[in-house]
Amino acid sequence: MAVSGVVDAVLLAAAGAFVLFAIVLVYRIVAGPTMQDRVIAVNAIGTNAVVVLALLAAALDQPGFLDIALVYGMLNFLMSIAISKFTVERGGVI
Amino acid sequence: MTPVELLTIGLVAAGTFFAFVAVVGIVRLPDLYTRAHATSKSDTLGTILTLGGVALVLGADVSVAKTALLGVFLFVTNPTAAHAITRAAHDQGIEPWTTEDGTDAADDDGTNAADDAGRPAEGAE
Repeated sequence: MAVSGVVDAVLLAAAGAFVLFAIVLVYRIVAGPTMQDRVIAVNAIGTNAVVVLALLAAALDQPGFLDIALVYGMLNFLMSIAISKFTVERGGVI
Repeated sequence: MTPVELLTIGLVAAGTFFAFVAVVGIVRLPDLYTRAHATSKSDTLGTILTLGGVALVLGADVSVAKTALLGVFLFVTNPTAAHAITRAAHDQGIEPWTTEDGTDAADDDGTNAADDAGRPAEGAE
């Protein structure tokens, strides 16, 4: 797997852009008027983190990052489902 | 620059653009349901496009299978999570933002308020 320097730079720049988007989304966590707004923003930040991990796995030639990205995506989904269930039933299940 | 590299750069650039659209939507749209719309559509599309570019870079390897699995997983779970969150909000009684509420886009406290003319808010029980 040979990646030319230009593609490498593009992948790293995209990863930096996704990190910047995650930092912007922190505004919605701080200012979100309802609990669900904050959960939506945290979920979007988690998706951005998964994409950043995949981009770094390709740019830095470290395939092990993809496993971390898979586990992180699953935990992110579980977190969203658990919080939305918790806020409705007030801890009835978990 | 081979055609595959050009396609990779195009996919990653398009994915970054749609992720930017999703961020603008989450920060600027007036209420929870429209924000969930932004994250479930634009963010999913940007994620899928970017992961497609990553899969093209990785070449023929087991990593491509992992990336495709990641893309399919996010394609299923991201809208499902948004649906669960908005359904929880609906069960808690958070009303959608409408233009007949007497509120404007700057007033995003997430709840309906009766307007100033004394007419009860639409959907108030």
